[in-house]
Amino acid sequence: MIEVSGLSKRFGAVVALDDVSFAAPDGRITGLLGPNGAGKSTCLRILYTVLKPDAGYAKINDVDVVEHPLWARRELGVLPHGAGLYPQLTTRENIAYFGRLHGIKEPALSARIDQLVARLELEEIADRRAKGFSQGQRTKVALARALVHRPKNLLLDEPTNGLDVMSTLSLRNWLSELKARGQCIVLSSHIMQEVAALCDDIVIVAHGRIVAQGTTEALRERFGNKSLEDIFVETVAGS
Amino acid sequence: MRTPILVVCRKEVLENGRDRRTVFSTLFFGPLFAPALFAVLINVMLSQALSSMDEVMELPIIGAEHAPNLVGFLRRYGLEPADDGPASLEDARAAVARGQHDIALAVAPDYAQAFRNGDDARVTLIVDRSETGATAASQRVRTVLDAYANQIGMLRLQARGLNPAVLRAVTIDELDVSTAAARSVLLLGMLTYFLLLATLAGGFYLAIDATAGERERGSLEPLLTVPVGRSSLLLGKMAATICYMLLSLALTLFGFMIALKFVPLESLGMRANFDAAVALQTFLLLAPFTPLGAALMTLVASFTRSYKEAQTYLTLVLLIPTLPLLLASLLNVEPDFRLMWIPSLSQHLLVTALLKAEPLSWSYAAVSATASVVLGALLALLAIRLYDREALLG
Repeated sequence: MIEVSGLSKRFGAVVALDDVSFAAPDGRITGLLGPNGAGKSTCLRILYTVLKPDAGYAKINDVDVVEHPLWARRELGVLPHGAGLYPQLTTRENIAYFGRLHGIKEPALSARIDQLVARLELEEIADRRAKGFSQGQRTKVALARALVHRPKNLLLDEPTNGLDVMSTLSLRNWLSELKARGQCIVLSSHIMQEVAALCDDIVIVAHGRIVAQGTTEALRERFGNKSLEDIFVETVAGS
Repeated sequence: MRTPILVVCRKEVLENGRDRRTVFSTLFFGPLFAPALFAVLINVMLSQALSSMDEVMELPIIGAEHAPNLVGFLRRYGLEPADDGPASLEDARAAVARGQHDIALAVAPDYAQAFRNGDDARVTLIVDRSETGATAASQRVRTVLDAYANQIGMLRLQARGLNPAVLRAVTIDELDVSTAAARSVLLLGMLTYFLLLATLAGGFYLAIDATAGERERGSLEPLLTVPVGRSSLLLGKMAATICYMLLSLALTLFGFMIALKFVPLESLGMRANFDAAVALQTFLLLAPFTPLGAALMTLVASFTRSYKEAQTYLTLVLLIPTLPLLLASLLNVEPDFRLMWIPSLSQHLLVTALLKAEPLSWSYAAVSATASVVLGALLALLAIRLYDREALLG
């Protein structure tokens, strides 16, 4: 369960977030939809504690992330934008490094990595160095890395960026699987179809403000028989 | 708190061990390049100093036939008349201007007559002073000519029944008190500088990689989402940097042990053998410098926005340890308790004393180590504060 309320953040004169509030319940996928520079990444960065809000709060299971950043990071699995791997380390080593930093010891760590390698179909590249991986392979490894400590909450910043159709489809499958296990998932995207196909709840952001939010169906209803794309264009242009 | 530091350190050591740049600067630059360059430099300097006075030098002489006696004298001092020298003064001038000869000597046609009469017998030195090699050569020819003129003058005075000493109102006796050891301060300064440089170079790429490199690859942001304080992450990276610096220092000392076998160290007033025991003591004296170097490089790299920028700034950092060494060799500083508080200079003075086989004060060494480690810790704290800024992600 993730909740943000009255979240605001400025960088100098630029207002990145202005009074943003929403809640992402467990067992659902919440999508932050908005054009580039809308403040989606800033919002997620505050949630995973690399940025601090100027006003408002962000809570995970009712615990404030600003007050308890280390606790929050243990509860979260994070796939930041353009998640970088260590090119000189193999897939297993990349995942193991984060596992150890999460305090997971052998033999539990190896068992967990085997499990992730099997689930994300990484066998072929498991012992290859990350140098030269395709974008799809990198995203898969980064996702495995984010899941190594079995987090109950998952934050993904533009997870389908640079993925081909097949990789996007399998990413959707994993996310649906995680959702079915009762996890709380928040992802950001600037692609309407993707959010509509994947998310239960949608928060549309533009210029650091929320312009519309609700379940995917509710938003469809509210805006009549317009496609989500039309809603998006309308709300963003109107703000 | 301690485990994450070890995890980070281990991973950085492993990852950078697979990186060609780091391995090159750790295993090759310091350990191979520095000792080889040092050995070559010393050999060149020594051979220049020893050879120039005894080596036979060719000297084109115009009108040699007018002064057989003088030519014989020049010959005795290793100045051999050139066989195919220029025939006239004009030719000689052109040949020297062209750079064909460093120097030429012209004997005036009336030399023999003047010499016999006890008049002013003239010779002309043709030299191009803009040529560096010519200065030494002209100095040498002049010295021999002066000696000849002196000798003849004295003989003439004696022949006239005068004591040659009347011409010398004051006799200058030079008493050189400098020892071979003191003369080699510059070379010793170079040795410590090479050692410090190799040590810093060993951690150079790791320090960049840990900060600017990690950010540029996009792996910094995921790393900051693990439940570990940023100070632990940074301390782990610095620990790995120190490991590489110590490895580079050890290998460089090993390189010097081999290279210095080919250098006549005794003639420089140093220990005749740079053996394992000396190398080990040098290692112990220089090791406390590594935390300071690692913290300094990490701190500077934390300021930068890209790998390239970090490389530029860190190259300047490599020059910092030279400044005290430069001062030391200019001012000819002697070891002093207060100077032990200045890192790099203190290490230089201690290592120099060790190499000169002078007694080593362990209290000096302790102060030197403490000062370096404390300053290193302060810089590390500063780097941690920088790492805690939000702007870190750029």
